[in-house]
Amino acid sequence: MVPELGHFALILALCVAIVQATVPLAGTVWRVPGWIALARPAASAQMLFLVLAFGALVWSFIANDFSVAYVAQNSNSALPLEYRISAVWGGHEGSLLLWGLILGGWTFAVAMFSRRLPDDMVARVIAVMGLISIGFLLFMLLTSNPFDRLVPPAPDGRDLNPLLQDFGLIVHPPMLYMGYVGFSVAFAFAIAALIEGRLDATWARWSRPWTIVAWVFMTFGIALGSWWAYYELGWGGWWFWDPVENASFMPWLIGTALIHSLAVSEKRNTFKNWTVLLAIFAFSLSLLGTFLVRSGVLTSVHAFASDPARGIFILAFLLLVIGGSLALFAWRAPAVKSTGHFQLVARETAMLSGNVLLVVAMGAVLLGTLYPLILDAFALGKISVGPPYFNAVFVPLMAPLLLILGVGPHMRWKQDDAATLLRRYRFVLLVSVVAGILLPLVAYGTVTPGVGLGVALACWVVGGSVVDLGRRVRTSRGLRGVPRSYWGMTTAHAGLAVVVVGVTLTSAYSTESDVRMAPGESLEMAGYTFHFDSVDQVAGPNYDASFGHFRITAADGSQVARLNPEKRIYRVQTMPMTEAGIDGGLFRDLFIAMGEPLGDGAWAVRIYHKPFIAWLWLGAILMGCGGLLAASDRRYRLAVKSAQAATVGPVATAES
Amino acid sequence: MKARHKRIIFVAIAIVGVAVAAALALSALQSNIAYFFSPTQVLAGEAPKGKVFRLGGMVVEGSMARKPGELTVSFAVTDTAKSVTVSYTGILPDLFGEGQGVVTRGKLGSDGVFYAEEVLAKHDESYMPPEVQDAVDKAQKMGVTKPAASGGNY
Repeated sequence: MVPELGHFALILALCVAIVQATVPLAGTVWRVPGWIALARPAASAQMLFLVLAFGALVWSFIANDFSVAYVAQNSNSALPLEYRISAVWGGHEGSLLLWGLILGGWTFAVAMFSRRLPDDMVARVIAVMGLISIGFLLFMLLTSNPFDRLVPPAPDGRDLNPLLQDFGLIVHPPMLYMGYVGFSVAFAFAIAALIEGRLDATWARWSRPWTIVAWVFMTFGIALGSWWAYYELGWGGWWFWDPVENASFMPWLIGTALIHSLAVSEKRNTFKNWTVLLAIFAFSLSLLGTFLVRSGVLTSVHAFASDPARGIFILAFLLLVIGGSLALFAWRAPAVKSTGHFQLVARETAMLSGNVLLVVAMGAVLLGTLYPLILDAFALGKISVGPPYFNAVFVPLMAPLLLILGVGPHMRWKQDDAATLLRRYRFVLLVSVVAGILLPLVAYGTVTPGVGLGVALACWVVGGSVVDLGRRVRTSRGLRGVPRSYWGMTTAHAGLAVVVVGVTLTSAYSTESDVRMAPGESLEMAGYTFHFDSVDQVAGPNYDASFGHFRITAADGSQVARLNPEKRIYRVQTMPMTEAGIDGGLFRDLFIAMGEPLGDGAWAVRIYHKPFIAWLWLGAILMGCGGLLAASDRRYRLAVKSAQAATVGPVATAES
Repeated sequence: MKARHKRIIFVAIAIVGVAVAAALALSALQSNIAYFFSPTQVLAGEAPKGKVFRLGGMVVEGSMARKPGELTVSFAVTDTAKSVTVSYTGILPDLFGEGQGVVTRGKLGSDGVFYAEEVLAKHDESYMPPEVQDAVDKAQKMGVTKPAASGGNY
């Protein structure tokens, strides 16, 4: 009964989405206030039905209703409650429903928090989001209905993939989807502005906080995914350039370019066409990412052939979204005039260069991700593109980006003087180069050009911000005079520098050892001694585990940590899983994972000493917090009043 | 500087930048592509010598052997027609097992043994690597027309 109610709620949500997508839009064309006013209630109704549908699916999981095919495939009666709930988005159909729900949530938020925006603008934005919703709901109802019944019902479920039975997987997908779908708001604002034919600073200012918040979710989502891969996949890597990871990284790169380009559009009334294109591509890549990960195309291009309806729908939907919005862009863009002019040495140039680097980096990732798929689709051979490709392309692109980042944000708009800048930043430049060489040398005794460059660039970014902050404090009214968006920018850039330090040092100075160890044996590594004490057999709720006992001691014999890596066998899928034992710290992680038993009580054991790996995630957290600070700047709350007075400010009021 | 000149400089910088990046990307791609070969293709001499490629198939039942006291393991990989011995030093992925599909990445030694640097783990026990499925299908198709020498060729 409940699944049928959920199915029915989905159908109702589709009906509401159709109304939401058409009536308000028609209202803005024929100027019917009643139709325009329908946008907000439609968004609320849509949200209500999606919550009902999602609730019905959650209920089916909690109640172990194995007559629902999706529940039977992804759950089991022995599965703990929290994983039964997170299993809702453990598969294709449920992920789509979560996507739809989050889209409904963002639409609802736009309807709620845009009271001060012009009604016709809001109507267009909500209508565009309704169009996207129609696409997703149709896809779900026609090809991937999560409420399909299983006849006869299964006696018990196939269980959730053990890899997904983890805290990281409870939070990672919703976070990431909040980001993916959040870019639909920026997309909808851009399309609405194109439809209206009015792309001005006001439009940029309205979409900025939404875009930044979406970007923050995406940042946290990707960081969580990387963290999960690190401790749960069991082998100590944090980024594999796997297509699934790339799928989320590409929209993030474009989203990063977008939030910067939006800033220029708002402040300087320029780059507007570029910004609109970025908004379109950020969302298109989000769609592509969702489908890449969820359609099975990555497992095999031929998965399309086994379920052609899904594949064709996906391709048609992507073509419609990308083609439609680009066509609209081509039609409207010539009318858009950018008024801000700038010289070669100016903040605009720095922003543009950074943008181009980010877009090119995305292009490189896209090439490496899709190339094997395309070759395979045309039967030209089966290839794989390995991490060395991505590193070889990505790292050289990031170095100039960081170089620009040290000084670019602190240049004047329009025109700055290279000699003055050089004088102001030469000290930081010198200190960064020295620090890049000396710090690794002092800490680890060796330094390579790559490590030196990484550390120097990170110091350069932070140093540049410190110099500029100092100048700002002197010229404005002390620390209090510095706007929150400026703090946001500084925090986020410092976060990136922290990530760079983490990536550089972890990659260069990690020590790894795969060894054969029997209980009672020990191994020395990086100044620590790892003692393998014993292995127990332990039974979990839905798995049996070999539970290792390891002790780690420092050089002076004092105990550093006790770790318990596990080898689990999940009963239903009889799937082995490695749970690593990790002793985390600010400057190093100690990592132990048990491989397979080698007979006579010995185990294959992997032991890692990973310096500075925590900095990856600390940096990502800083970046996200920076975004939140920037999005909560008070001028977005005051924006509407001033926006109505002056659509275009040739001279920026607050520099940030 | 006139606005037109400025624009030309910007465009030139952008084009040069993108061209450099594209050249970088394509050369990196050239040297980092790993093609897939089935055991039948390897034994027919189609796989490159001294170059990294991927070899995949089913792990032959009973072929797995460990050197005592070491982490080096060897096993035979088959596409049901032919098979090749693979040697690997390190920890095998959780889902590795005899009778399971596997994809390995490495180089072919002059002794005919494939020395793997990486054995790929997959996230699902019922999952069959598509390359392996394809190789098995092809081998079996050939087997219909001209019965392949079954049994050990490794």
